[in-house]
Amino acid sequence: MAIFINENTKLIVQGMTGSEGTKHTGRMIKSGTNVVGGVTPGKGGQSVEIEGKSLPVFNTVAEAIAATGANASVVFVPPKFAKAAVIDAIDAAIPLVVVITEGIPVHDSAAFYAYSVSKGTTRIIGPNCPGLISPGKSNIGIIPSDITGPGRIGLVSKSGTLTYQMMYELRDFGFSTAVGIGGDPIIGTTHIDCLRAFQDDPDTDAIVMIGEIGGDAEERAAAFIGQYVTKPVVGYVAGFTAPEGKTMGHAGAIVSGSSGTAAAKQSALEAVGVKVGKTPSATAALMREILNKKG
Amino acid sequence: MDLFEYQARDLFESHGVPVLGGAVAFTPEEAEKAAESMGGRVVVKAQVKVGGRGKAGGVKLAESAADAKEKAAAILGMDIKGHIVHKVMIAQAAPIESEYYLAILLDRANRNFLVMASVAGGMEIEEVAHNSPEKLARVGIDPNVGITKEKALEIVKGGQFPADVQDQVVEVLLKLWAAFVAEDATLMEINPLVKTSDGKVVALDGKVTLDDSADFRQASHEALVDHAAANPLEAAAKEKNLNYVKLDGQVGIIGNGAGLVMSTLDVVAYAGEKYNVKPANFLDIGGGASAQVMADGLSIILGDKDVKSVFVNVFGGITACDAVANGIVQALQILGEKATKPIVVRLDGNNVIEGRRILNDAAHPLIQQLDTMDGAAARAAELAAK
Repeated sequence: MAIFINENTKLIVQGMTGSEGTKHTGRMIKSGTNVVGGVTPGKGGQSVEIEGKSLPVFNTVAEAIAATGANASVVFVPPKFAKAAVIDAIDAAIPLVVVITEGIPVHDSAAFYAYSVSKGTTRIIGPNCPGLISPGKSNIGIIPSDITGPGRIGLVSKSGTLTYQMMYELRDFGFSTAVGIGGDPIIGTTHIDCLRAFQDDPDTDAIVMIGEIGGDAEERAAAFIGQYVTKPVVGYVAGFTAPEGKTMGHAGAIVSGSSGTAAAKQSALEAVGVKVGKTPSATAALMREILNKKG
Repeated sequence: MDLFEYQARDLFESHGVPVLGGAVAFTPEEAEKAAESMGGRVVVKAQVKVGGRGKAGGVKLAESAADAKEKAAAILGMDIKGHIVHKVMIAQAAPIESEYYLAILLDRANRNFLVMASVAGGMEIEEVAHNSPEKLARVGIDPNVGITKEKALEIVKGGQFPADVQDQVVEVLLKLWAAFVAEDATLMEINPLVKTSDGKVVALDGKVTLDDSADFRQASHEALVDHAAANPLEAAAKEKNLNYVKLDGQVGIIGNGAGLVMSTLDVVAYAGEKYNVKPANFLDIGGGASAQVMADGLSIILGDKDVKSVFVNVFGGITACDAVANGIVQALQILGEKATKPIVVRLDGNNVIEGRRILNDAAHPLIQQLDTMDGAAARAAELAAK
């Protein structure tokens, strides 16, 4: 078990024929992911040789699913075309679409997220995220596969490189799944979605949650932990020492209802029993303590 | 990007949102001219991207064009919460009967858009939200449906707008939504939206935030960028497409990924406590950075006279550590004798062995490599204190 992806994941790559898509398809194959094809509108019928595998290219996600039985997609297309790519994936009712692309206009993400909710058949992870990895089973996106192996820690983070850093800090324990949910204003899968999935996953014993200053996603996650999560959770919030940013007019302050500082997020998390580290290594030490106690 | 009030006004006007006459002036003479063309009686408003300018004396009524010149002279150059006033807006004065509030914004929590509307407009909208939430209508908008006439009517009723202005406010909402979408905005706020004594509803002051990610399809937004405001180092970084923010410490920071860089600032700040040093900047070279990007970043940081040491903290995902290492070596070659500050480097992840080897082989006297983020932060802080 793991969350969202496992050894049965069959992946297609939207934008596989582009340079980034080709490069990362190769890396995903090398790390054991079952890549079954790609989608590039207008290039259907071709096939591409990557890492010794001949991969068919389709015009649409629906065609790709029909021919390959794919159950997950990863999007590497440029920002300009990302919305159309995600809508195509949702129209094909693929269960999971992971959007790596950085710099998608927020009106586009808002539109495809709302569309996915109305259809109710596709989970979106990202955009602007590193993807997710269930070590030894499947790796969708750009997370390096050689940091650590399978284990029983679940990790959810807005930040890609902090995900890598934390996996590295706890490399002797390994991970069930590590999910980089992305740092954009609108993302398809939240801290809360991942916390719920980790709580329900029998192969995850403990959870690391990494947040950043701004917004109130961490405060909402804390409230959810208080209600639902019984597994141990340790937290880290980047930006404790960051100077106060610009305020975006009255409206923003009203909506967030919280100052969005690291200290505010820390106290919200600690109020529900989450231990919060001040640095990545201190956070890893907290997790280490919990797991060693468990034996 | 946040716009100035006059830019917001012009944007509203171009989308048919009713506004009063207004013009920007950079000198008292320009202010006088603009006031003259508006009939003399005007409001002179400091153009700064910060709230509370009215209380700070940055908004003044002028009775004549000559008075506008005088008021502009007083306001230009003012320091409002650290923002120097470089320009004023000359706004047509109007007799105001009522002040309302209207905003469309991105709602991160609900992952859609949100309209907020209230008859209780003016300065203290936060207090309205807090003390009398029933007076503030909050209505979620499906991005794929938008604000329809029916939705606008629902909002206007929820905001308790009086019957005699309802039609006009509905019209403003429909226009504002069209503008919000057309301009890829994440915030369009009108505060106050006013009813003048002749019964017209107009936007008197506006705040607009535009989504920088949409620049590729918003060619006209380039002209709205405030080049004057940027710190010279920030401007140079922007030129090179680097995500850089100047801070007030002594340890220059370069990393990949916003989260890791923010975390690096924390770790350096903690390590710096005992040496009384702090991070000098935020610089994220992003994913997949080339040697050139690394060299550009390092050049900017070494050009900061406040910087006493540099900490390069990279965990390679897409970014390859050998490219980072090559960038450091290249930057030092280009800078030659101008580079005098020690550089502490911590590399991990993608191609780390090759990256470390390149730096070892270069054997540059300024470069020190450490294995951990904590250890490297401590060393960089220590070196900055010397």
